Amino acid sequence: MSDPREPEAPDELPEARAVPRRVIGTPPPAEARRMLADVDGRKAPPAPRWLPADPPDPRRAKKAERLVAALFILSTLAGIGFIAAYVGLQVGSVDSVFRSNLALGLSMSVVFLALAVGAVIWVRHIMPTVELSEDRHPMASTPQERQAFAETFEQGAEASQFVKRPLLRRTLIAATVPALAAPLVLLRDMGPLPGTSLRHTVWRKGMRLLVYGPNTPIRPGDFSSPGQMITVVPDGYQDNQDALAAATAIIIKFAPGVLQPPTVMNWTVDDIVCYSKICTHVGCPAALYEQTTQHILCPCHQSTFDAPRGALVLFGPAPRPLPQLPITTDADGYLVAASDFREPVGPSFWERG
Amino acid sequence: MTTFTERALEGTGRWLDDRFHSARGVRVLFRKIFPDHWTFLLGEIALYSFIILLLTGTFLTLWFQPSMTEVTYHGSYTHLDGIRMSEAYASTLNISFDVRGGLLMRQIHHWAADLFMAAIFAHMLRIFFTGAYRKPRETNWLIGITMLTLGLLEGLFGYSLPDDLLSGTGIRILEGVLLSIPVVGTYLTFFLFGGLYPGHDIIPRLYIIHVLLIPALLLALISAHLFLMFHQKHTQMPGKGRTNTNVVGAPTYPYFMAKTGAFFLFVFAAVSLAATFVQINPIWLYGPYTPVGISAGSQPDFYMGPLEGMLRMFPSWTWDLAGHTVAWDVFVPALVPLGLLFTGAALWPFLEQWITGDRREHHLLDRPRNAPTRTALGMAAVTFWGVFWLEGANDVIADQLNISLYVTTEISRWAIFIGPVAAYWVTKRICLGLQRKDLHLLEHGVETGIIRQLPSGEYIEETRPVDEEERAVLESRHPAPSLPAGATVAALEEAPVPPAAMRGGMGRVRERLNAVLAESVPTDGHGGGYGEHGNGHGNGHAEHAAISPGDEETGGGATGA
Repeated sequence: MSDPREPEAPDELPEARAVPRRVIGTPPPAEARRMLADVDGRKAPPAPRWLPADPPDPRRAKKAERLVAALFILSTLAGIGFIAAYVGLQVGSVDSVFRSNLALGLSMSVVFLALAVGAVIWVRHIMPTVELSEDRHPMASTPQERQAFAETFEQGAEASQFVKRPLLRRTLIAATVPALAAPLVLLRDMGPLPGTSLRHTVWRKGMRLLVYGPNTPIRPGDFSSPGQMITVVPDGYQDNQDALAAATAIIIKFAPGVLQPPTVMNWTVDDIVCYSKICTHVGCPAALYEQTTQHILCPCHQSTFDAPRGALVLFGPAPRPLPQLPITTDADGYLVAASDFREPVGPSFWERG
Repeated sequence: MTTFTERALEGTGRWLDDRFHSARGVRVLFRKIFPDHWTFLLGEIALYSFIILLLTGTFLTLWFQPSMTEVTYHGSYTHLDGIRMSEAYASTLNISFDVRGGLLMRQIHHWAADLFMAAIFAHMLRIFFTGAYRKPRETNWLIGITMLTLGLLEGLFGYSLPDDLLSGTGIRILEGVLLSIPVVGTYLTFFLFGGLYPGHDIIPRLYIIHVLLIPALLLALISAHLFLMFHQKHTQMPGKGRTNTNVVGAPTYPYFMAKTGAFFLFVFAAVSLAATFVQINPIWLYGPYTPVGISAGSQPDFYMGPLEGMLRMFPSWTWDLAGHTVAWDVFVPALVPLGLLFTGAALWPFLEQWITGDRREHHLLDRPRNAPTRTALGMAAVTFWGVFWLEGANDVIADQLNISLYVTTEISRWAIFIGPVAAYWVTKRICLGLQRKDLHLLEHGVETGIIRQLPSGEYIEETRPVDEEERAVLESRHPAPSLPAGATVAALEEAPVPPAAMRGGMGRVRERLNAVLAESVPTDGHGGGYGEHGNGHGNGHAEHAAISPGDEETGGGATGA
């Protein structure tokens, strides 16, 4: 704690049971009253004041006082209004919530704003203006203080025998190492080891592609015209977020002859190609498809993939094409997976290789 | 009859002092002087936003369910009726539509979080540009940088909790970034998410970090920050009667108490007005999170914008090496630029001390123009940050300005290198120009706008001399410190044996940097338009206040201003 050491305030506060420095007659029963200057008029020379008592302009202060009081009354009313709005306005629909929000927020804002403006006017126009200066001292202790500290420190070090007994010191340090490592070890069960789980998705040979949303299977003939992009999910996993986070895919139908290598043609059906929807950058769904340019765009970081050419990266930070899912049709003519993805989907990871 | 204050002193005052021996300590507290300047309020905004965050955050925890268990929604928001969603999302809808004042508190919480981060950035820039981080306040600067980092994490985790489509995408990006870390990334990801993404653990884990761990750390650091500020006394702006060895201002009791109390209310009023009239994070419009969906124009809160921009800007570089993938394209942009900025900021006070050899205490702030190189470096960093930030919204910019999305990224890839250099150069010119203007004012006075005709027929404009207050501010520039006497090039030519600290390669680097840092308009009164920067070795060096090796060693003595 720093000491201001103001020169203009020489008097110290008396301690609770301190003997008064100057006693004329019987000391007053309440010692605490001695903290105050000259209550009963018996104390001679008045100590110089620390702060002035009155504002420089009493007329302005009077006007300000009325204004501040009015603001405080406004704040009181707004506070009552807040409670009234809480009691009176119910919620439960979009409109009623917005009404309640407006009433509560506005009354609450007025409570704070009126108080704040009032307080500022109080400080600026009613309190007397002061500017005081206090001395600043170097942060460094004096040489004497440092010397005294050094002695204390060394005596403590000697008494503890910490320096003299290396066996104690070293074994103590040795003991802290496992003690500090143990909490880290405790965190091991936060999750399983990755193993090869990032290399696979739930897609299996013969698993139907469901249109995401209605969750219905789709036939190649269901495409009314080329150019659409449809999000598909593996049958049986349409509500499994963990599975969908890796297995979500898109299918696009092209006009005949548009698809080119490096698209694997054997993995397509009737010019329908299926790519992973999980961006190879950081895993956002690559959800935007521009029909005119046939670009797949990831809205997060704008990686752009060339849909007819194996989803090659045209622009942006993604390092790899979207992996292609081999598809075929089943006995009922629905689109199904021919196998899992042949490479890991989604963002890069160290073990990906 | 006793007065109000007497009764308070005899009652409460005596009770407290009997138990805590508080009379002396509290008196010191009451008389503590706080200097005034509007920029000193920036840190207070951060502090008060934090208090608002604690208050509203506590309110929100009364209803929020940090759970990823799937439920089918049948609440008041009928547009999502029958939709499957996590309990976290459903309870956030509940807070918004079924708890009176819930939406207001949610919006205040979110606005206060944005204000908290904005105030921290502004406060940090103020500290940097005025040199308030200099000795003895380096520790508080480091605490501040730590709090800024924690604040970024706290914000990211906080807005992810509702598990809506927008914030869930943020968590997905977090997963991608963690995965990209070489060697340990996959393991970190599996430990954080409790297995495959998204799993069922991430929301509860982020929740406890958001409501307990980081707030507790922030609270501890804020306490330390304020204690050090109090203990070392506040810095002050240059002005009449203000020196390096005093503090001029109003006392805590009653002035600072009233003003800062009012300011807390102003901050609260501002945030609650924003929450009343400006919708923020309407999660019911985004829908519940699913890894399948996303919306265009996904943007994080503004303070995460630069990270988003870095990910967008960086080229797609990866290596496949001996069965391993090094995802330069993700972990470099996600970790390196921010790491450089924060580490650079943390090291700067110590680097500056090394370059200038100035180990004195500084309590009187610099006007930014009076430290041109520092100010220019700061603006370069701001520009670096700003280009990333703009790139984080490049899709919106491309859409609004009707230019190609790819062009915005190409521009930013150039701007990230050119921008900071240009900002450095321009800022330095402006600072030096302002220094010349100050010198001109001191020499020729202030133009009054009164034109007078002399008997000779000549017209002149009358000037008045600067008043005392202006003079004190204008004269606050001191010659930039140079290295220990005898270490300059000029001195070396005469006596070719430099002091130990100045020998060798590092010594030369240090001297070169010192010349750059010391660049200023000479204060000899004739430097106005001629004495130039750039030839810092000749004319410039004569102006530097040589710091004796003694100063550098002891460093204790506060020197008068």
